[in-house]
Amino acid sequence: MRRAITERIIETCIRLSGLVVILFVVLVFLFLLKDAVLLFGHYPLGQFLLGTKWLPISEPPSFGIIPLLIGSLYVTAGAIVLCVPVGVISAMFIAEVAPGPLKGILKSLVEILASIPSVVLGFIGLVWLGPFLKDLLGLRTGQCGLTGSLLLAFMALPTIISISEDALASVPKAFKEAAYGLGATRWQTLWRICLPAASSGIIAAVMLGIGRVIGETMVVMMVTGNSPVIPRSITQALRTLTATIASEMGEAVSGSEHYYALFAVGLVLFISTFLINLVADAFLRRARQ
Amino acid sequence: MDQMAVKIRAKDLNLFYGDFHALQDIQFSVPEKAITALIGPSGCGKSTLLRCFNRMNDLVENCRITGSIRIDGQEVVDDRTDLIALRKKVGMVFQRPNVFDLSIYNNLLFGLRIHRMVSGKDRILATIRWGLEQVGLWDELKDRLNQNARTLTLEQQQRLCIARVVILRPEVILLDEPCSALDPIATMRIEELLRELKRDYTIVIVTHNMQQAARVSDYTGFMYLGRLIEFGTTSQVFTNPRDRLTENYISGQFG
Repeated sequence: MRRAITERIIETCIRLSGLVVILFVVLVFLFLLKDAVLLFGHYPLGQFLLGTKWLPISEPPSFGIIPLLIGSLYVTAGAIVLCVPVGVISAMFIAEVAPGPLKGILKSLVEILASIPSVVLGFIGLVWLGPFLKDLLGLRTGQCGLTGSLLLAFMALPTIISISEDALASVPKAFKEAAYGLGATRWQTLWRICLPAASSGIIAAVMLGIGRVIGETMVVMMVTGNSPVIPRSITQALRTLTATIASEMGEAVSGSEHYYALFAVGLVLFISTFLINLVADAFLRRARQ
Repeated sequence: MDQMAVKIRAKDLNLFYGDFHALQDIQFSVPEKAITALIGPSGCGKSTLLRCFNRMNDLVENCRITGSIRIDGQEVVDDRTDLIALRKKVGMVFQRPNVFDLSIYNNLLFGLRIHRMVSGKDRILATIRWGLEQVGLWDELKDRLNQNARTLTLEQQQRLCIARVVILRPEVILLDEPCSALDPIATMRIEELLRELKRDYTIVIVTHNMQQAARVSDYTGFMYLGRLIEFGTTSQVFTNPRDRLTENYISGQFG
């Protein structure tokens, strides 16, 4: 009898914690939605989504989200292009190529990398990487999308490396033995056998890395120049969705159009990360089949 | 025994795992196009000996080999040996079916691709068909070549592993307890397959199952504590063993 009650209690606790997660997601969404819709009483949705000017304090104000969306897109895409290949190849090196002692050192270094606070990276970008890129590429300013991309790539690397490495390390030894037994080289085994076998884990790693990149605020606010105009290339100053909210929330009057517009930006951000996760999930499911 | 053609000849073969002397002064000849069984209690070194023939022991750290193994007169225990060519010529089937986490088609394609053996969709398919026919799987699987190989039964998986080796046109096939994960009926059918394959291939099979060795092999080697105690035709080893140890093992007094 007592055992049955204990079972019930534990079961209920587990179920509740599961529900709390769902509840949080729904509440965050509703919370954003509640304030975001208030904007559209004053400001048309079409102009918000398709407007090309973000001028929140001019008269009349203009809340076109396109410059911010493109800014986010540039920085994120740049970071992904840099960090995915580097991350996966590093994971391959650590899991399959590096000799024992080096492997241990590399793994702990990757963990240290993950623990660097983003504001420190932003600082490095501000005082060193930005000016360096400016001189190297002859840019007008070092505070641009590229600097942000590089730093974000750096931030996503530990996630991608450590999860991909786990996935590769858990490929059954029997696969490798079979491949070597058929006369495959180390590279062929790694590329054609281990990588496909670890693919779902690697995709998950990449998606988590991308999630980190899109949501990051501090670094991009510090190094991308904070100028909400449509950038024509990644080497121009720009501003992301996240940085917009962070830098303008302090000055927006509570209850003003500007204030609601920032909530609407948050909603857009929320929906885009949600969609990315959905796509990632679909990929994972297909990879598992 | 004397008139048989020798495919593999091991001379003064010694193997060490670190300080452990796993194979001691092995002198061993594998006859061509016949089935040779290696029997003995577990830990006697029979799998280790088998893995010398395609240099799979190279994957083990701290493993050192001295002596000579010649396959068709070519030295295998040599740093200059082309391992890729060796393993194509001397294929291996493992204890547990180790099909790749890929489709049936891609499991077979892997070897063809790494050795750049055939190209063109039609010729690849013809080769894969031939490979599956060799192991009696074509009729069962021809309509689902794109299915993941890990969904097959264990017997089908083990047959596929054999096909994966056969498709590379090897000369020697090494089998390391290939039936230990299979039920008796599947075991019987694999043995039947091996008897068919010996027309074209030299087969060496390691087994802890004496009945299997007696049923399927033409020659038998008995190993004990890292030494090859006795080697001869299967009927001689089983009916008239020369060594006392062999006799005791075969009559089930230890093992």
